[in-house]
Amino acid sequence: MEILEGIANKYREGEGNIISLLQDTQEAFGCITREAINYFSEELGIPPSRLYGVATFYAQFRLKPAGRHIITACCGTACHVRGAERIISGLQRELDITENEDTTPDREFTLEKVACLGTCSFAPVALIDGNVRGKANLDTIVKEIKKIKKDDREK
Amino acid sequence: MIVRNDIAIKICMGPAGIAAGGKAVLEAFRQELSRSDIPATLQDKCSSHQVGCLGLCARDVLVKVFINGDKTIYQYVKPGMVERIVAEHIIGGTPVQEWLVDEAYENFYKKQVKVVLADVGRVDPEDINDYIRTGGYESAREMLLERSPLDVIAEIKASGLRGRGGAGFLTGLKWELARMSGEKDKYIICNADEGDPGAFMDRAVIEGNPHSVIEGMIIGAFAVGAEKGYVYIRAEYPLAVERLKSAINQAYEAGYLGKEIFRTPVNFDVKIKLGAGAFVCGEETALIASIEGERGMPRPKPPFPVNKGLWQQPTVINNVETLANIPYIIRNGCGWYASYGTESSRGTKVFALTGKIKNTGLIEVPMGIPLKDIIYDIGGGIEGGKALKAVQTGGPSGGCIPADMLDLKVDYESLSRAGSIVGSGGMIVLDEDDCMVNMAKYFIQFTQAESCGKCVPCRVGTKRLLEMLDRITKGHGKEGDIERLERMCTGIKTSSLCGLGQTAPNPVLSTLKHFREEYEAHIRDKKCPAKACKELLTYRIREDLCKGCGACLKACPSGAITGEKKKPHKIYSDICIRCGACFEVCKFNSVERE
Amino acid sequence: MQKISIDGKTIEAPRNTTILEAARMSGIYIPTLCHHPKLTPYGGCRLCIVEVKGIPKPVASCTTAVNDGMEIITFSPMLEDTRKLVLELLLSDHPNDCMTCEKAGSCPLQWLAYAYGVRGNEIGGERRVFAKKDGNPFIERELEKCILCGRCVNVCREIQGVEAIDFGYRGFNAKISTSYEDDLNCEFCGQCIAVCPTGALTGKLWARKGRPGETKEIETVCPYCGTGCNITVYVKNNEIARTSSREDSWNEGWLCVKGRFGYKFVNSPERLKKPLIRIAPKKDMENRGYGDTEKNFTHSSIHPFTVSSNFREASWDEALEFIAARLKEIKARYGPDAIAGLSSARCTNEENYLFQKLIRASVGTNNVDHCARL
Repeated sequence: MEILEGIANKYREGEGNIISLLQDTQEAFGCITREAINYFSEELGIPPSRLYGVATFYAQFRLKPAGRHIITACCGTACHVRGAERIISGLQRELDITENEDTTPDREFTLEKVACLGTCSFAPVALIDGNVRGKANLDTIVKEIKKIKKDDREK
Repeated sequence: MIVRNDIAIKICMGPAGIAAGGKAVLEAFRQELSRSDIPATLQDKCSSHQVGCLGLCARDVLVKVFINGDKTIYQYVKPGMVERIVAEHIIGGTPVQEWLVDEAYENFYKKQVKVVLADVGRVDPEDINDYIRTGGYESAREMLLERSPLDVIAEIKASGLRGRGGAGFLTGLKWELARMSGEKDKYIICNADEGDPGAFMDRAVIEGNPHSVIEGMIIGAFAVGAEKGYVYIRAEYPLAVERLKSAINQAYEAGYLGKEIFRTPVNFDVKIKLGAGAFVCGEETALIASIEGERGMPRPKPPFPVNKGLWQQPTVINNVETLANIPYIIRNGCGWYASYGTESSRGTKVFALTGKIKNTGLIEVPMGIPLKDIIYDIGGGIEGGKALKAVQTGGPSGGCIPADMLDLKVDYESLSRAGSIVGSGGMIVLDEDDCMVNMAKYFIQFTQAESCGKCVPCRVGTKRLLEMLDRITKGHGKEGDIERLERMCTGIKTSSLCGLGQTAPNPVLSTLKHFREEYEAHIRDKKCPAKACKELLTYRIREDLCKGCGACLKACPSGAITGEKKKPHKIYSDICIRCGACFEVCKFNSVERE
Repeated sequence: MQKISIDGKTIEAPRNTTILEAARMSGIYIPTLCHHPKLTPYGGCRLCIVEVKGIPKPVASCTTAVNDGMEIITFSPMLEDTRKLVLELLLSDHPNDCMTCEKAGSCPLQWLAYAYGVRGNEIGGERRVFAKKDGNPFIERELEKCILCGRCVNVCREIQGVEAIDFGYRGFNAKISTSYEDDLNCEFCGQCIAVCPTGALTGKLWARKGRPGETKEIETVCPYCGTGCNITVYVKNNEIARTSSREDSWNEGWLCVKGRFGYKFVNSPERLKKPLIRIAPKKDMENRGYGDTEKNFTHSSIHPFTVSSNFREASWDEALEFIAARLKEIKARYGPDAIAGLSSARCTNEENYLFQKLIRASVGTNNVDHCARL
């Protein structure tokens, strides 16, 4: 609640801050929560429907928290022609994530697709927890995922 | 002991450089140089800068070593190579010959003309003084102190610079229209929401030389009379955001931004707005809606942003590359800039050359350069000895230029006549293994997912296009589908609200125009000539070639392959998911694909 | 005034008029679904596109202002084919269950499909499917029928000032939604229903009570307050099927929850239709708790006045004479200040004026007030 208050105070002045407001919220809580929307609506007089509309429009915002590890697969054109699709469907199989989901049921992994990471020279590209893997192939990524799983178990 | 007055090691830390392990190489140099057995004098005089993109990303990590002004370039540098480079070259004075760049590297630069990218890779993006040393902020100072806004507009108009974001509107004219508006509050927005998949020049410019963009904005703001500016930048580019933030702060400290900049009565403030992941926000009116904190849904034009834009005030929106051109045009004169390019497409353009080409990376060429010079001289030709099939330009709004049109000049008009566009400068090279129907489907998939949903033709039309293309690539095409595609495409183009929808059908129309027979093969013969559409393929093991090594059996994710060791294996096609894993692992070419 | 030509006809229209408005003013019909004259132009349905000489692509007539000298074409084979395609696209993602749809017969989407000869199965493809969960008592939302014209969002924002709904998600998945897609929890004014051009929004009370053509339309005035909104009552089998208000009425077609949905009393068996005069002694009332404890009264399921043993029906003349006689009696015995008049917000200004005049001039006391002040 204090965090929400802090965010609200930051954007009390000036117009057009809904997106920044939601970005800060997601940064703080990992996703856009119902509590946050209701709080801002009350505090800042923005209808909750509008906040929800903005939150669901932009790909960045998630309504459910992401997994502990995030794998970002680039679907840009250069990655596409170099087999990004195969990597993605392979990862979906490996992580047991269906086409419409992006996170494993145990909330360990989130498989995120992005339009372009701007690293086309190293296509296909993937990020594992924010670290770039250029000229990626399914095998090495799957190996890395298995290693993460193993490390987590040992911890 | 050789005296080393000026040793500089520059390591490519652009997006690709980082992806290739640039950070580790930098760290290795740091460690290597700080080791006690290296003479202290050397240590002091070496400086490892983080620099932006050097261009030939395919050979990353690239490392430039300057010794007393002599430049030596290493390619494919790995951390393990650093020790030897330091020992033999920096201490010993003899470059490690076998790791140096070769002739192809030189060719890569010969036909390029660098304006926007001139200082990218040369200046330290995190140090304003480095930019100032190269003459940075001089153009802005000169304009603000000695010239009038109308002079600036006249200069930019004379340079013939057109918007580099895609639409190609004359920048000087745009500024003039905003200037003429009588309103007091005006805005200038730098559009850094680079969303085209396959284009990354804006990212490279901001990461490599952010001050050139800020200087461009200052000059633009002065020309149109705007006191407030925004940079709308993708949150997906964290490094660019960070460098831009620090550059803006430094510009404020230097008195180039804020109140009474350059000690003139001119005020100019710049704020960063982070995009939240919506391709449509590259469209001007959607971008404005997004900065206002709304859903990024385009608004009808007219009124155009130059008349009624952000908060209903006159607003100029320029793309990163456009703005980064400005300081150099002012510095070198409009005549210099206009001397490059063609009659109606002046100057240079940055392209992101990617796909099945040897030298992938960012290139900057004069407008009007023949496409084949880009592909063969700069790009070094097609990878793996395959045949060139087409070049896709302009991203999801663009089209494919077939291999037999390689003499085509790369400028706004010629590309548009060929059914494509310059767009933001993505250039994806496709070879014989790429299916054009699949390419069209890929782009429609992209635009469909990025449609804001406001207007019917784009919201429902792209969905239906995608369904139709999906059907065709899966072998369920029907007679008449091509005509249906054409009617749908034309309708969506004519009636969509914004540029996204109006150009979304281009990838389909251009492939229909140049590769109609591929569509027909999919629909009529249920075959994919490029062998890319997996639903139309069957995999089979040739008994005469199979050695029974079991590699395919191990690789198969669906358990569709059986066979005893050292005996020919077999694929059960009803279990096979056509992933092609067996095809790739087989060392004896015994897996057939049809 | 801007001089323009539409389909060869020269027209004068004031500056800032849109092409669509100018065409309508001069009786030229341009099809549209998302446009509503009282709301900000949206430009989403793309049916109203027209060709303007000198502009390479068709423009939406609802969002483009007229300009002196404009030459506009509203009908051409290209425009008509594009409009037809747009309708085909809309209907490819529409349930097409006009058989049971409340809106059938008064549905602009249906009219246009009819006019352009679109059956709805031309293109095919995936349709949106939404889980239905609205538990509210008034507004039926069938989002599958929604064409995302945005009228409901705009009316809720611009006219009602509530913003209970907004666009959510994007592209093909876009939908009109409340926060977190909860049940609708608003004023239930139903303005959204009034402006919806399809059967996506209808009144829950209206279901299967009768559609246009089988109902009789009766123009009347809403009885709920002194505002006096004009309403149209749709009657079938001597029962109200629904109400609406005409856009050309003085209240511009806008109603509140009471005017739109509060008509059940008309056919209620509990409705008081004739004057009643008390016959049983007042003591009885006290025994039943009236005036004694409020609790008993509010919890009683039977309205006290309908208990026939305490009252008898009377004619208006008799009732009025009875009241006049009793008032005179009280006034003569205790003086005029023993009487007070309390009037109702459901009365018009004129009625309230007459009432206070009655109390002040005839009864002779200033003890007069109005329920809206309480």
